[in-house]
Amino acid sequence: MTNILAPPPVQPIPSFRLPWFVRLVLRQCWLMIHLLFSIYQFGSHFLQVVESYIISLGLLQSYQNLQLHNLRHLAIVVDSEEARNTLKVKELLHWVSKIGVNYLTLYDMEGVLKKSLDGDLSNFTSGMTVKLLSFTDGKGGLAKAASFLCSKYQNDELTSYNMKDPKITESEISDALNAVGCGGPDPDLLLVYGPVRCHLGFPAWRIRYTEIIHMGSLKSMKYGAILKALFEFSKKQQNYGS
Amino acid sequence: MQKSQQRGENRVVVILDALVGSAGISGEMSAIFGNLCCMFRRCLFSVLSVGPIPNHIAFIMDGNRRYAKRTQISTGHRVGFSALISVLRYCYEIGVKYVTIYAFSIDNFKRKPEEVQSTMDLMQEKIDELLEEHSIVNKYGIRMNFWGNLNLLNDAVRLSVEKAMRNTSNNTGPVLSVCVAYTSTNEITHAIEKSCCQKTEMMKRRANGFENGFVEKNTQTMVTVVDLEMHLFSNDCPDPDIIIRTSGETRLSNFLLWQSSFSHLQNPAPLWPEFSLRHLVWAILSYQRAYPYLQNRSKKML
Repeated sequence: MTNILAPPPVQPIPSFRLPWFVRLVLRQCWLMIHLLFSIYQFGSHFLQVVESYIISLGLLQSYQNLQLHNLRHLAIVVDSEEARNTLKVKELLHWVSKIGVNYLTLYDMEGVLKKSLDGDLSNFTSGMTVKLLSFTDGKGGLAKAASFLCSKYQNDELTSYNMKDPKITESEISDALNAVGCGGPDPDLLLVYGPVRCHLGFPAWRIRYTEIIHMGSLKSMKYGAILKALFEFSKKQQNYGS
Repeated sequence: MQKSQQRGENRVVVILDALVGSAGISGEMSAIFGNLCCMFRRCLFSVLSVGPIPNHIAFIMDGNRRYAKRTQISTGHRVGFSALISVLRYCYEIGVKYVTIYAFSIDNFKRKPEEVQSTMDLMQEKIDELLEEHSIVNKYGIRMNFWGNLNLLNDAVRLSVEKAMRNTSNNTGPVLSVCVAYTSTNEITHAIEKSCCQKTEMMKRRANGFENGFVEKNTQTMVTVVDLEMHLFSNDCPDPDIIIRTSGETRLSNFLLWQSSFSHLQNPAPLWPEFSLRHLVWAILSYQRAYPYLQNRSKKML
């Protein structure tokens, strides 16, 4: 959580509508509300930190044996500014592989991780498959798949007598994404490391039913928080709409 | 207003009534109290407006069935609808111009046929109600959109939907987009099909421009992100600033996946029928904290 006590930006109130003293009072009230909000957030964050420490010290019985069979694929979104801290990222990778995750997708919007984690990751991933993604793999990947399908359609239909309208199925799109190199499994759980709960452009096609958890800032990451997220995930049951 | 708030207010009115000691005054008291609430709300919204107000809020209205089970009423969806009308009123009062709601997913067709049918009937009833004179739609001049694969709806509902879109198409007020028979993957699939048609049309027209109408086989067509965005249902709407899923669930369930790249994802614990003014205020306060970061990140990708 960064800058929890810094006030957010102020929208200018049109000056022809309200007298200056009313604007002043409104602004003071607004700052007061945000101050109370910050105090609440601070308290809640503090309790979460305490809980993480208790969990990582192994004091809670229920966290002893994590059931990970529902978690085939984990994904992590890291804010690009925080992703520049390569040591922290590597530590995170090490923790995740220690817990026993088999397949991990790491995403950062600007592609910082693709550049910094270029080399061999096996030192701290011990058998865990790691894939790196950035913003262009999201919407750009779907555009490439669309071009692929479009070309295929035109090659099939342009010379035929009765040209039918294209009818594309979702599985054809998944296949096309694989064909253009932007495919991949759907993550079961997505952890977001950054100040805000936002997936920042993670490939849309894959996060239909993904549980999205906000972990807070990368520089204050806690091992206990990851255990808690995985524990909460293992208890989840999805209806898939029915 | 939702049931619990209504009950609370009714209780206060009864107490005041008892204090005053005259049955004839209670009607006026309740009107005065109503006006006080309205004034308080306007003050609160004026204070909130000092900071950035979201332009577009999307709601995944989860928890109606759980609420019905917990309070032992027959259907949670009716209560959910009343909650929706209050929330819409607050959103439009505070200045949110676009509201999108996830009313019915394509996945929800998997439910029991009786349940699907009763939900469809309720939807048709409520859409017709919204088109009446005294409804919130006419009060604010709301333009209604319906996003989804409308061919999956039965004829009666589809006719209501088309009528609603037609009757409100010239309205210039806030916009309400209802996602019915919708999934985001279906929307993207539809956009790809439409882009494909468009590109093929362009190619045929180019070919007809040549002397012998020669059409190249094995051509490479480039469909871009902009092409796809033009053919999404949401092409005339900005991306949502906040996506709120009630009842504490953390997934998007195939809702606005393409449009949510820089949306603040919120998952408050209350069930949808319990979502009221204070939860909306909290949501906007959280958004105001997240605003500088989201603006900064989304500008980087322009």
